[in-house]
Amino acid sequence: MSGVRILVGTRKGAFVITADGRRRDWRVSELMFAGWELYHLKASPVDPDRIYAAPSSGWFGQQIQRSDDGGLSWQPVGNQFDYSGQTGTHQWYDGTPKPWEFKRVWHLEPSLTDADLVYAGIEDAALFRSSDGGQSWHELAALRTHGTGPAWQPGAGGLCLHTILLDPRDAQRMVIAISAAGAFRTDDGGQTWQPVNRGLRSEGIPDPNAEVGHCVHHIARHPARPDVLFMQKHWDVMRSDDGGQAWYEVSGDLPTDFGFAIDVHAHEPETIYVVPIKSDSEHYPPDGRLRVYRSRSGGNEWEALSAGLPQSNCYVNVLRDAMSVDTLDECGIYFGTSAGEVYASIDAGDSWQSIVSNLPPVLSVEVQTLA
Amino acid sequence: MIRLVLPTPLCTLAQVGREVQLEVAEPVTLERVLGALEARYPMLQGTLRDQVTHRRRPFIRFFACQQDLSHDPPDRVLPETVGSGQEPLLIVGAMAGG
Repeated sequence: MSGVRILVGTRKGAFVITADGRRRDWRVSELMFAGWELYHLKASPVDPDRIYAAPSSGWFGQQIQRSDDGGLSWQPVGNQFDYSGQTGTHQWYDGTPKPWEFKRVWHLEPSLTDADLVYAGIEDAALFRSSDGGQSWHELAALRTHGTGPAWQPGAGGLCLHTILLDPRDAQRMVIAISAAGAFRTDDGGQTWQPVNRGLRSEGIPDPNAEVGHCVHHIARHPARPDVLFMQKHWDVMRSDDGGQAWYEVSGDLPTDFGFAIDVHAHEPETIYVVPIKSDSEHYPPDGRLRVYRSRSGGNEWEALSAGLPQSNCYVNVLRDAMSVDTLDECGIYFGTSAGEVYASIDAGDSWQSIVSNLPPVLSVEVQTLA
Repeated sequence: MIRLVLPTPLCTLAQVGREVQLEVAEPVTLERVLGALEARYPMLQGTLRDQVTHRRRPFIRFFACQQDLSHDPPDRVLPETVGSGQEPLLIVGAMAGG
């Protein structure tokens, strides 16, 4: 029978939550990596029991751990992320130059075709690649050394590379996103990169239409339509129909177009989900009501989904990697909150249930659909 | 035999008890102790010091014999009682909240 496995990264460790295909009874694992921050963990699409995790600690730095049995046991693998060559500088918050310095891994993206190949997006922004199951890491340095690099500046969370989208048609092609630089695309496996930010507009930078400098929060796409990208920017929900060459706004009738998470229905490429957040200085839902918004038209027309979600006195946030979908016939949607709650909908968002409460603040949610 | 007391998260990571014992060639310095520790427990590489520059991580402290050795040069010989195993070298995570 099919089943679902949810990988939850939190401020103080990770959890694996499982259910069978009915998705009614959820089992929550013991806390793993106690005390460590888990910005992300994600399984290989090739080998579902191969999971990569990125525990980090203000005291003890970065670890990368790998499980080959679905999260039952873990082994440390390589944790050396050395920038390649001269590091140069990026902009600090006040506009002064600041040398690149490794802080942490934000995102792990296993290959679509090779269980030993995995990418890591790090802070300060750079992209690393491992082809030996995480034992060793090598920077794809052409991204960081792109001519615009000295103009990149950190978002509130740091200068982080947080989104890595691999193209199912072509392993050489990927789109990444950096806060606050923007989106970049390579068509040659990372040897060269181009900024793909035309159409983005950000009032917080000197030239609102600049080539780089945009605080992209997250990008999602449906695997069947790799060129259609949906972006939650700092402000604005955006869409591109040509792999990022041009973007246009689809915020439409959202109550606020600020937010972090965005995802796409597993079977309906035009059905997308966001969690509107009031503003960049008020990281909580408008009116203290937690609502997911769904568009069935690829943006612009949105409906509030609130059944089962708290509708008063709710002041949580949902972070960029904290929403995911399963691929069962009735698509399941999942997200975690800064209050340590994980919600699931097994009817594409029409209704929600809390499947676990009182975890540490949730940083990431990834869902696996198991055969 | 050198005695080392590790912070709890690193005990978990290395799957050892609170205190580990290491053979370290004389003269016994912090550099040599950390090298021996990382050689025996490779999963601790990068947790105490940078893997390339060997610079101490900012929130890591080294204490022994009621002294703070954190800022001593790494090639300075450790107190004789540490080198002889009478006193442990304490590796401590700074009290920085969390």
